[in-house]
Amino acid sequence: MRFFRDYLAPRLVQYVLVVFCGITAVFFIPRLTGQDPVLEIIAQIQAQGASLDPSAVRNLMETLKELYGLKGSLFEQYLTMWRRVFTFDFGPSFFQFPTPVAQLLRIYLPWTIGLFATSTVLSWLLGNIVGGIAGYFSGKSWSKILDAVIMVIRPIPHYIFGVVLLILFAYVWPLFPARGLSIGRGMALNLELVLAILRGSFLPALTLVILGGVVWFQQMKLLVQNVKREDFVEYARVGGVKERRVVFRYVLKNAMLPQVTQLALALGQVFSGVLIVEMVFSYPGMGLLLYRGVTRGDYNLVMGITVLSILTIATAVLLLDLLYPLLDPRIRHR
Amino acid sequence: MEALRELLRDYRFAVGFVIFLLLVVLAFLSFASPYDPIRQLQVPRDRPPSRAHILGTNSKGQDVFWEATFSIRNSLIIALIAGLVSRIVAILVGFVAGYRGGTLDRVLMGLADGLLVIPLFLILVMVAMLLRGSMTLVNTGLLLAFFGWAWDARTIRSQILSLREREFTKTSVLSGNGTMSLVIREYLPFTTPLIFSTLINNIAWAIGMEIVLAILGLVRLEIPTLGTTLQWAITYQAMLLGHWWWISTPVVLTILLLVALYWLSVSVSEYLDPRMRIQRIGARS
Repeated sequence: MRFFRDYLAPRLVQYVLVVFCGITAVFFIPRLTGQDPVLEIIAQIQAQGASLDPSAVRNLMETLKELYGLKGSLFEQYLTMWRRVFTFDFGPSFFQFPTPVAQLLRIYLPWTIGLFATSTVLSWLLGNIVGGIAGYFSGKSWSKILDAVIMVIRPIPHYIFGVVLLILFAYVWPLFPARGLSIGRGMALNLELVLAILRGSFLPALTLVILGGVVWFQQMKLLVQNVKREDFVEYARVGGVKERRVVFRYVLKNAMLPQVTQLALALGQVFSGVLIVEMVFSYPGMGLLLYRGVTRGDYNLVMGITVLSILTIATAVLLLDLLYPLLDPRIRHR
Repeated sequence: MEALRELLRDYRFAVGFVIFLLLVVLAFLSFASPYDPIRQLQVPRDRPPSRAHILGTNSKGQDVFWEATFSIRNSLIIALIAGLVSRIVAILVGFVAGYRGGTLDRVLMGLADGLLVIPLFLILVMVAMLLRGSMTLVNTGLLLAFFGWAWDARTIRSQILSLREREFTKTSVLSGNGTMSLVIREYLPFTTPLIFSTLINNIAWAIGMEIVLAILGLVRLEIPTLGTTLQWAITYQAMLLGHWWWISTPVVLTILLLVALYWLSVSVSEYLDPRMRIQRIGARS
């Protein structure tokens, strides 16, 4: 019972709160623009040269309002939104009519989660470990060179970095496919497919690991430079503890814990990065789906992607929150 | 001038400053452009760099170099609008939340946190989708400003929180100074370095975001910016067709601009942070 009250309940409450605020924001912020997606679609159809008589326009408007969940008063629309979230029914997609949005999401979501999880874990581990070591040996020349290289990489946005890697490794030196991965039904799981997936996901993952890693590197380096000066480290070194042990067991381990909390705060931005990188490399995830949905004006699809992304991020934060006490003995014993 | 001379001793500031100045000069060159930035088919298409067109021409029949001058200028305009407007919101929210505290603080910070956890990028895209037709330079800047204040408001608030507990706040309040004069005369100078460094970070974020919005086709594509230039190059398959002079121009310019801004911000915030200053003086003697 205490486990539930002290450990599980507060975290679950936070989870529900985050999801609630997120979905509410998704509902209200677009409405602040005062623009009507229904009129938008009709304007698009008319711009394409189709002439519609007034009664057809009225019918179309009614149907579109139904599809977009824009019927009734604001409060009714808000309830419709929640019903859609709970039943996971976002109506049909327009760009692959009449495939339901939910079905498209189900195909593409696992790819995004795979890329998101792998690259986040890898970049966090690599960035923190390398950053920690570089911070401990901050006087050495290799550490300074690494620092200078990272000062150049750090400010480059995801899209531009992706394009640079794509030009270099898919066109100038064609090691990897330029077209990205194509997924279809009836793929047999064999070695060939696994290799194709690895080849197709390498560049997107590399972009995310490098761009994510440099942020952790810089934060960790600063942290370790401070921990290094603390008394217990000095004492261990004077006491004759091996340097390797001091670095990994005493310094790195202590500095890494706050970085877990930082990770939870950064997940939203990391996820946005994943979506952007997927667009660059035509990786078959939600980012690519978003690109197609936006360019074809598919409002239902974009709504579905946004809601699902909020759920994904909130769940990732919850998992991290649940894991954290297992890593930090001070919290575990409380 | 004294400060500038001291800053120029830092190689990061010197390099960043020179690159940034060059890019600003490039942006101003756009006023002397012999070509119209929007009209197509003004010059022969798809020519590699030559004496007549130093960066070649693109598939739309425009001179890549002169288009680039416009795109730098327009991207800087968007980023400045986004940066300055969101600074005003961030400063207001940060100061009010930090100084007043209590329920107001909790509400404002709850709002800011809410904006942070949700993938802002997606909501930005949704709003831009609705506003598609009217995404001019100014509107794109304002939209980015609307989403760009949350993190910085938080940072400014925490600084105000710590300033509020200092001795001089009590002295000032007890000597009968009004809240406004306290905030403007005492707090603003303290937070200026922080505000400046958040401004540069925000400008960099806005430039990157504009590129993604352009790739998604959500800004007015006929107006040349770093993002739309890249978008056109990708649409016309410049990579596949080997028109490297076209696609690499916006890429290289973006990287130069953002690296320059980042180095300036790191160097200036170190310069303004007194603790780092002492370290530097100590290291030099």
